[in-house]
Amino acid sequence: MEKQNLILAFESSCDETSVAVVADGQTILSNVVATQINSHKRFGGVVPEVASRHHIEEITICIEDALSEAQVTYDDLDAVAVTYGPGLVGALLVGVNAAKTVAYAHHLPLIPVNHMAGHIYAARFVKPFEFPLMALLVSGGHTELVYMQADGQFEIIGETRDDAAGEAYDKIGRVLGVPYPAGKVIDEMAHQGQDTFNFPRAMIDEDNYDFSFSGLKSAFINTVHHADQIGDTLSKNDLAASFQASVVDVLTSKTMRVLEACPVKQLVLAGGVAANHGLRERLQTELPSKFPNTELVLAPLNLCGDNGAMIGAAGYIQYQHHQFGDATLNADPSLEFDWMPNMVH
Amino acid sequence: MKLLAIETSNRPLSVAVLDDTKVLATTTTNMSRNHSSTLLPIIEKSISQAGLTADELDRVVVAAGPGSYTGLRIGVTTAKTLAFTLHKELVGLSSLAVLAGNVVAEGQLVAPLFDARRDNLFTGLYRIKQGQPVSVLPDQHISVTEWCQQLATYHEPIVFIGSDVTQYETALQAQLGDQFVRAQSQLDLPQAVVLGLMGRTAAPVKEIHTFVPNYLRLTQAERDWLAKHPKEDHAPYVEKI
Repeated sequence: MEKQNLILAFESSCDETSVAVVADGQTILSNVVATQINSHKRFGGVVPEVASRHHIEEITICIEDALSEAQVTYDDLDAVAVTYGPGLVGALLVGVNAAKTVAYAHHLPLIPVNHMAGHIYAARFVKPFEFPLMALLVSGGHTELVYMQADGQFEIIGETRDDAAGEAYDKIGRVLGVPYPAGKVIDEMAHQGQDTFNFPRAMIDEDNYDFSFSGLKSAFINTVHHADQIGDTLSKNDLAASFQASVVDVLTSKTMRVLEACPVKQLVLAGGVAANHGLRERLQTELPSKFPNTELVLAPLNLCGDNGAMIGAAGYIQYQHHQFGDATLNADPSLEFDWMPNMVH
Repeated sequence: MKLLAIETSNRPLSVAVLDDTKVLATTTTNMSRNHSSTLLPIIEKSISQAGLTADELDRVVVAAGPGSYTGLRIGVTTAKTLAFTLHKELVGLSSLAVLAGNVVAEGQLVAPLFDARRDNLFTGLYRIKQGQPVSVLPDQHISVTEWCQQLATYHEPIVFIGSDVTQYETALQAQLGDQFVRAQSQLDLPQAVVLGLMGRTAAPVKEIHTFVPNYLRLTQAERDWLAKHPKEDHAPYVEKI
């Protein structure tokens, strides 16, 4: 058997500290995730300075656990990969500096990974990618359509112009009294309710591939406040269902529109909001009927949130192409993919 | 004992490699706060100039705070990870003590300080004994006025040291009069050599995993939350999933 390439992968861009060991970019040997959700619940959202402080508490514990769970030593490793952006700068810095130090101490090449590339490659653990490929990336910080001509090549073809979808979930969660992070609970509530409020579907008919969720968020909040003022009680489940129906409609219809213009072999759904059952189910019914030749690849539920394994999978592609960083690597909080040339947006 | 000393608490960055009391290599810069890009290359260069590899170190010493939160995190993450991953000893010392250690006058009281914004300081009071700074008043976050009131009770000259002294010089002089003595400005830069010499004899931390910067302040969000939820425990803050 040929020797496998093992990558030790770091992720610390937001409120999860994670270190993983991934073999050949496709097999997870360990994926240790320390989540800070319970801490940030106190504040109703992620507080960057608090997040940065937790990362430094956890980082070496995660390294130790990742190696021991994978039953490997530093001598077995071939490279170190790390998320260097986008994300919270103070949070990113902990992972970046820890990864650089491990790479230096053990004479390993360093692979700087874009966090969003990591999210896409979470789906690589389901099956090999076939190109061209379209990725719908939906998370708390991003909502974008990314076109891939080949492994490691990413071009933005559409993105949100204001709030990310996940951000909208958290904001309306506060109005509904759902603790941070609200996505999972609202998804469950939505399944109990009906789309009765008919919230706006922003930009759904516009001839581009961009999204907007701030209008939906405002319509939602206005509806709830208005009902409060006149002493009316609205069904929270119906509110959740109506909100989710709008989000899923917009995401799905824009995705179908882009597939019309750019036929692809696979559609990948990834990012934290890719764990949303409403969105997964809609794509599972709509894609086969409209694009029978495009295969849907859903990021596994346990890899939709931030984790080191996905960074290891994306990093492996760069490892093969010898795209290495060096000791000067810094965090880049606003890192993003390039736009597809000539795209109107 | 071969040791690496790292100081990135504020704008200056200082790295030194020592073999017992002998300085093998040191670099100090005062150019930018971009320590994330510059620290590891300077460490690599210092260790190789010292004719060593990281594996040959016995101990890593880091200035653990107070200071700029970002600067501290870069230094402490690097030091902690290096010590952990190569099974070396780790020592954390006060960033203020490192600065006070630049003063060599025996018996002298020294008040190193960093600006903490809005007329607040990160500071402490030290006395030089046998060439080493010994804590007299603990490192703290305090207003300039309150600090001067405490210092006035000592009735002897106090050497103020640190690049941020300049912006508080007028206020300090007004409140302390002749007690206020400004250190020579070339001493304002913290030196990793001083940190290394102090850290050489200090006790290493028992548990590297739990080692974190000494920020001396909770975050604003945590202070606000605690004010509204006294006595409430919210642990565990971080959970493995």
